[in-house]
Amino acid sequence: MAKITYIENNGTSHTVDVAEGLTVMEGAVQNNIPGIDADCGGGMACATCHVYVKDEWFDKINKKSEGEDDMIDQAYEPKKSSRLSCQIQVSPEIDGLEVHLPEKQI
Amino acid sequence: MIKTDALIIGAGPTGLFTAHQLKLIGLNCEIVDNLDKIGGQCIELYPDKPIYDIPAIPECTGEELTNNLLEQLKPFNIKFHLGERVDELKKDNEKWKVKTSKGTEFETPNVIIAGGVGSFEPRKFSPKECEQFENKTILYSIKDKKIFDGKTVSIFGGGDSALDWALELSKISKVNLIHRRDEFRAAQATVDKVKELSNAGKINLITNSQLKTVSGNGKLEEIEIENDNKETKKLKTDFALGFFGLIMQLGPIANWGLNLNKKTVEVDTEKFETNQKGIYAVGDICNYPGKLKLILSGFHEGALAARACFKLARPNEKYRFEFTTSSKTIKNRLGVKSD
Repeated sequence: MAKITYIENNGTSHTVDVAEGLTVMEGAVQNNIPGIDADCGGGMACATCHVYVKDEWFDKINKKSEGEDDMIDQAYEPKKSSRLSCQIQVSPEIDGLEVHLPEKQI
Repeated sequence: MIKTDALIIGAGPTGLFTAHQLKLIGLNCEIVDNLDKIGGQCIELYPDKPIYDIPAIPECTGEELTNNLLEQLKPFNIKFHLGERVDELKKDNEKWKVKTSKGTEFETPNVIIAGGVGSFEPRKFSPKECEQFENKTILYSIKDKKIFDGKTVSIFGGGDSALDWALELSKISKVNLIHRRDEFRAAQATVDKVKELSNAGKINLITNSQLKTVSGNGKLEEIEIENDNKETKKLKTDFALGFFGLIMQLGPIANWGLNLNKKTVEVDTEKFETNQKGIYAVGDICNYPGKLKLILSGFHEGALAARACFKLARPNEKYRFEFTTSSKTIKNRLGVKSD
C-alpha cells in the first residue's frame, strides 16, 4: 500500500491509498480521480494518463519503459518531468508520491 | 441517398465482425470510418503489437487480426466509406438519416456505433493563438506540397510523419525541424538522413525545444520556441506543421441524444441498443454493468446487435437461428458448397 497524491491542474488535491502492484494510473481510475483518461486501458498505446513528476520523486519511481517517450511525444504539453502514469508501478517505496495532472489529456 | 439495412460506424475489429454477422443473416450493410484505412485502433495504435487473448488464436498482431477479419468478409461485397466522419444523425419516421463529413447520405433503420474511443483527430499545438491560422498557415496534414515551394516551413514532431516531410520539403523549401527531445521515433534510415542534411545545413534541426507562441498579421509570420532551459528563440516562418500523432475524441457522437457515461454510450445487454431505438453501440465505445474492453467482447456484442437489426430491417419476416455448419442458406451466402 502507498499513499499517492494526485494534484489537478486547478490545484485540487486527492490523496488515496493504492495497493501494491497496481499502477499510478489504475489508482486514479479506481478512485474516480478526474483528469486521468487512460483511453487505452494501460497498454501504452495512447498518452491520456499523462502526469508530471517533480524532480524529488522522478528518480525514485521506476524508470521509463521502452517506447514511453515515443508516446509522451504525442501527449498534451509534454515536459521533462512527463511520465505516463500507467507505467509507474506502485510499491511501498513510493509512499507519499505526488503527481501533477496536465491541464487536459486530449 | 444510399439505402441499407444497417450502417456501421467504425471499421475496427468489432465493426468488421458485426458486418460479417449482418451479412450472414441476410442483411446488407455499409461501413464508414474517419480513418483512411481499415482496422481502427488495431492498425492505428498497435499494428505490430501481439495480442494474446483472441479465442483460438494464441498470438496475432493488430495487423494480422485485421487481415484475417477482412479475409472472413471476402464472400461478401461490403462497401467501405473511408476518410469520412459521420456528422449528422436524424430520425425520419422509422428510419435514420445519416450524413458524413464528405456529404454522403444514408437512410437506414439501424445504425451500429462501433467507434472505439471515438474518432482519431490530429493532436494540435497547445497555444490558443494557433487557432486563427489553422488550416491556412498552421497545418496538421499536407494535401498539396506545392504551397510550400520557396517558403520557410517549421515542422514540429519526432516521428515518421515529421521526419519524412522534413526530408521531402527540404527539396523545395527552407525547413526548420523542431522536436521536444533529441531522440526520434522514426525509421533509423530516415533519422540518419535528417542528421546528414542537418550537418550539411539543408535542414535547420532544433531539438529539446517546443512551440511557445506564434504571431502574424492575417497569416503566420513568426514563431517563438522555448528550450528545456527556458531560453526562447524567434524564427521567421511562413508555415508551421504539427505532427504529434492522433488523439481520440468522441466527436459528433456526443450530439446524438444518446445516454453517455464519460466517453462511452450506455446500452442494454440484450440488443446492445442505446436509449434511441435502432441505434446500437458495440465494442469499446459501449458501456453496461460488467463491460470489458476486450476485442472478444466486441465480437459478442456485434453478433447480438446484428440480430436486433433484423427485426427493424425485415419487420414482416421472422428471424430463425441457424448454424454455419449446417444451414444451406448460410452456405449459399458464403458461397461454399453444402453437403
